[in-house]
Amino acid sequence: MKIILTFILAVIVCFNPALSQIAVKGETIYTMSGDPIEKGIVLINKGKIEKVGRQSDVQIPEGYKILEGKVITPGLIDARTVVGLSGIYNYRHDQDQLEKSDAIQPELRAVDAYNKDEKLVDFLLSLGITTIHTGHGPGALASGQTMIAKTYSESYNDYVVDSLTMVAFTLGNTVRSNYSKPGTRSKAVAMLRSEFLKAQEYLKKQNSNDEKERPKRDLKLEILAKVLNGDVRALFTVNRAVDIMAALRLADEFGFKPVLDGVAEGYLLLDELKVRKLEIILHPTMVRTYGDTKNASLETPKTFYEAGILFSLQSGYESYVPKTRVVLFEAAMAHSYGLPLEEALASITINPAKLLGIDESVGSLEEGKFADIVVFDGNPFEYTSHVCKVIVKGKIVKDECF
Amino acid sequence: MILRTIFSILLLASINANAQKEAAVFINAKVFPVNAEPIENGALVIQNGKIIFVGKADELKGGFENIIDVSGKVILPGLVDTHSHIGEGDGGDRSSTTHPDVRILDAIDPNSDTFKKAIAGGITTVNVMPGSGHLMSGQTVYLKLRKDSKVIEDMLFCEDPLNDICGGLKMANGTNSLREPPFTGTRGKSAAVIRQLFIKAVEYKSQIDRAAGDHEKMPARNIEMEALLEVLDGRRIVQHHTHRADDIITVIRLSKEFGFKVVLHHVSEGWKVAEEIAEANVPCSIIMIDSPGGKLEAVNLIYKTGAVLEEAGVDVAYHTDDGITDSRFFLRSAAFGVRAGMSYNKSIEALTLAGARMLGLENRVGSLETGKDADFIILSGDPLSLYTRVEQTWVEGEKVFDFNDPESRKYSLGGYEVYRGDYQYLHNCGGEE
Repeated sequence: MKIILTFILAVIVCFNPALSQIAVKGETIYTMSGDPIEKGIVLINKGKIEKVGRQSDVQIPEGYKILEGKVITPGLIDARTVVGLSGIYNYRHDQDQLEKSDAIQPELRAVDAYNKDEKLVDFLLSLGITTIHTGHGPGALASGQTMIAKTYSESYNDYVVDSLTMVAFTLGNTVRSNYSKPGTRSKAVAMLRSEFLKAQEYLKKQNSNDEKERPKRDLKLEILAKVLNGDVRALFTVNRAVDIMAALRLADEFGFKPVLDGVAEGYLLLDELKVRKLEIILHPTMVRTYGDTKNASLETPKTFYEAGILFSLQSGYESYVPKTRVVLFEAAMAHSYGLPLEEALASITINPAKLLGIDESVGSLEEGKFADIVVFDGNPFEYTSHVCKVIVKGKIVKDECF
Repeated sequence: MILRTIFSILLLASINANAQKEAAVFINAKVFPVNAEPIENGALVIQNGKIIFVGKADELKGGFENIIDVSGKVILPGLVDTHSHIGEGDGGDRSSTTHPDVRILDAIDPNSDTFKKAIAGGITTVNVMPGSGHLMSGQTVYLKLRKDSKVIEDMLFCEDPLNDICGGLKMANGTNSLREPPFTGTRGKSAAVIRQLFIKAVEYKSQIDRAAGDHEKMPARNIEMEALLEVLDGRRIVQHHTHRADDIITVIRLSKEFGFKVVLHHVSEGWKVAEEIAEANVPCSIIMIDSPGGKLEAVNLIYKTGAVLEEAGVDVAYHTDDGITDSRFFLRSAAFGVRAGMSYNKSIEALTLAGARMLGLENRVGSLETGKDADFIILSGDPLSLYTRVEQTWVEGEKVFDFNDPESRKYSLGGYEVYRGDYQYLHNCGGEE
């Protein structure tokens, strides 16, 4: 009987990948929680990280599948993308990141548009990106909501990590190129102020003790009220210094703490950013230098780091070819231009995990976290290195060097 | 006035003499001649804008005074970008889908900061093209990014823009050029329009042949036909945008029918028809982009295109297609080629000599050989490494970019008001790339 049970168990272990037990050995393991471990090992059991340590200190239990690689990192996190809403074909029917009927539509939910089977989602996975903060794009005063998803999924029940993460706002020239109204920066801010005033009123009525005072449900005001009372964060895409300051002015007036996105001219406002301890999702390092990002510098990641300003990197939104950027390459370029290697890794692992509030489960290689792991055959940032294995929640989902 | 002119001529002469008369010796670098194996502890000697020696440092005979020790550095030929939209120029307008008469050299701004980005990326020779929103958007121009170029004439490869051939002819097929009339709406129509145009050019040529030099019998001058004659003669190369496998085959079919010399550009699905491309002996100028998609034809664009084409024996060059990728990161294209299986040396050749061949400029640029133009770049390390900087760019014996000079470096890094930033996607005005 015992033998049969053991056999059944063994079958389960062998054929149910979610339960598989894996030992990943690496010449260097960047755990992102403490110093890198030379000749390290990560044990995976039941989809979680069971143990992390030196190979000399950790014994591999019997039956564990052994993988080896040069460099091991946590699964990478893209702090801001539109992939899944914006698809590879760039046809109208696969572009759901920006609704152009009105410049202020914060009620649009990301989960209603996210396509888990989008080819670009799988493409990002093949380069080690296991978690994405995606959703409505930049380009509207308020384009809609964002969400967090796993890039690997097996059903429609398993890929959403967080269905309502932030509301996406944008200030800058990109808005007026998409809408007839606003046509100026000042009008843009005035329009948002008016909406927030309405939301303030709505929130006051929502909180009223008198049931008759409570407002009829209004999706737009409901979500803006959530921004005002701090339930949902406001993500402001602002690249020019003037737009960054306008966003901070709005935040001050209405008492919310924004997450800044883009921030291309942030190097002009280092003190401001530092004093306020703002959460920042910096533009892709290789962002095209035109329009609102024409003054972007390759050295901004380094500048921020040296000024003690914490940030995450993003792939952002691309309107044409290539259809998405890849945070692995954006962090590589940041490293190339002076951001230390571990800081560059942090900007696409633990920093975004903390910013997105998911660091309890991902972002570093620590016991108890999900086993989201990337195996490289060399320096992860070198152009000629490859992503050789990607593991999501303990399952090997990419097994060829790419 | 006359005095002033004489003074100017004298001044110019003395500057040139200072800059070029004395030979400059770059010594102890790893030198990639490209036409030969890399040389450890190599030497490169230049004089009067030309290369006069390439070889091992210890084989260099004495007598030189201006010796520059570049130990630990790497020297490559100046990079050749076979397809770019820098310079803020444009080509044909919306009046037709074919503009063989239109020259982009009439529209380029030599002061554009985009040229400064290109030299910061190590590019010294560039084929600037009009866009791909037309079947034939105009004549391209081959430019040398010479120091202090003020007018387009300062940048040309050709000597006389009135009589010489100064570039290729940009053509495109596939979806970018499919638009409302007067553009074509289907692939079949696109090919038919091109065939009819070339048939007209063949007829024009036979009229000229029949005239046999008799001016009375010559057809009236027609600058559209004149450009196409140069194409039919093989003197002007067709630089052809094409993505999908069937579109690639269509280009080959047309080039065979009319016997024109063609370079295939982008070639996103070239990996599907690599054997056919090799069979036709047509070179490919390809692009490396970080992710596929953005349009239907680029959905199957993959990192390994270069490797597959090399394996099939096709001559491969990389291009930036700047605005699509940034000229500053051109070296990175070859690195991704190697990542996906291309051989190291071929990937370096794809940034230099292969591109020069595709522009018909291989006698002037693309490799470090005695007698060629002194166009080269000094790198801080391995050309394909993330950690490598383009430290200096030299064109015809003059330094045009120096990373250690803050005025120069800012074009490499970007920052506040460094770039005008208003040229982006200009080449898309007439259709997308």
